[in-house]
Amino acid sequence: MDFSDAFLNATVLQKYAPSILSGVWVTLYLSAIIVVAGTALGLILACIRACGWKAVNFVIIVYADILRALPPLVLILIAYFGLPGVGVLWSSNLVLFIVLTLILAAFAEEIFWAGITSVGKGQWEASRSTGLGFAQTLFWVVLPQGVRMGLPPLTNRAIAVTKMTALGSVIGVPDILNQATTAQSFSGNASPLTLAALAYVALFLPFVLLARWLETRFAWKRT
Amino acid sequence: MEQIAQQFFNLDIMKASFPMLMEGLKITFLLVLVVVPLGLMGGLVAAIASGAKSRWIRWPAYAFVDFFRSMPPLVLLIAVYAGLPFAGIRLDPFAAVALAFLLNNSAYYGEVYRAGIEAVSPGQTEAARSTGLSAPQTMAYVVLPQAVRNVLPDLVSNTVEVVKLTSLASVVSLSEMVYQADMARSVTYNASPIVLAAGVYLVLLWPVVRLISRHGRKIAS
Repeated sequence: MDFSDAFLNATVLQKYAPSILSGVWVTLYLSAIIVVAGTALGLILACIRACGWKAVNFVIIVYADILRALPPLVLILIAYFGLPGVGVLWSSNLVLFIVLTLILAAFAEEIFWAGITSVGKGQWEASRSTGLGFAQTLFWVVLPQGVRMGLPPLTNRAIAVTKMTALGSVIGVPDILNQATTAQSFSGNASPLTLAALAYVALFLPFVLLARWLETRFAWKRT
Repeated sequence: MEQIAQQFFNLDIMKASFPMLMEGLKITFLLVLVVVPLGLMGGLVAAIASGAKSRWIRWPAYAFVDFFRSMPPLVLLIAVYAGLPFAGIRLDPFAAVALAFLLNNSAYYGEVYRAGIEAVSPGQTEAARSTGLSAPQTMAYVVLPQAVRNVLPDLVSNTVEVVKLTSLASVVSLSEMVYQADMARSVTYNASPIVLAAGVYLVLLWPVVRLISRHGRKIAS
């Protein structure tokens, strides 16, 4: 068996392309809702943290720390295999969505918070003294500057977390990787894996390049 | 409440699975000891290559970095573990993890180093070269020490990610900590062993995560 026959077998590719394509949609829509929900939740948490309630902030910090320190796979396994035992029956897609959203939210909260604290105190004082309220200052003065600062790391983090949707294949989410490994074991041929790898690169490369562009565009000013 | 305690924090099950997890933790440590230095070295090569003058070196380096940053680590691992045998290369799980992570981590560490190198002003290189240091000497003695100091927090936070990623080795049945915990889980029908594994990761990584956050704030203020 020569190389192209094992890795780029036209018959096998043709047969399993539709199932891998269906995996592409699963990966795509899960990624999209994880990015939206995770970023939104992170932003909300960072705004709440800006209010400065000590007890609430403590909870937010502990949450963000724990979700940043734990491997995503561990959280997925705990949620998927543990929750049914307490009567919570979530589908594997829902488990993956919730776990990855919570992880992205933890990282996003830290990134937005770093952005908020990087805006100088003078900005707060100036806008408060012009008569803007706390919320108005936060939304119209501080966040626009802070978010801009956080855009490159946030993009990188969002890519890293959405790539983790591949972990869903471990708990049976019918994503690209899952479809490819199934096809590979049925066909006894590595071509579905090649196709899956190419599909992931096609999906994520534009965002990796976007992140690179953002980094040069909004680079942190180093002193 | 009782049910949650039984299902996630069952102390008897945790105690029984603890020795297994510690066996797994040894493999996890061994993986980290192999994978982190390999990634740091591969990353250095990628970073130096992507700063090369010749585009024949620079462009392949960028292509390498962007390709492996677009590929989920688990996909890469499975491609290496389940795909390479079709090319006649059969790796045991440990070697497969080491190879897949070398490719993935080199791309990530490479980006970190590159940012550090770019932040060193060109005047440093020019000055070093004009004192008679060769290009490799300039890189090794003048540019890199400053570059690494520039991006030390990013190197540390990437290393945290690498340690977390070693958990993926369980998918190719390498008996590291998560694999052992999941074994115990499937025997006991109880999530407590995995919660215990999570606890071990927390003990190991939480201090580092805290440190990174503190340091980030110091830079920001």
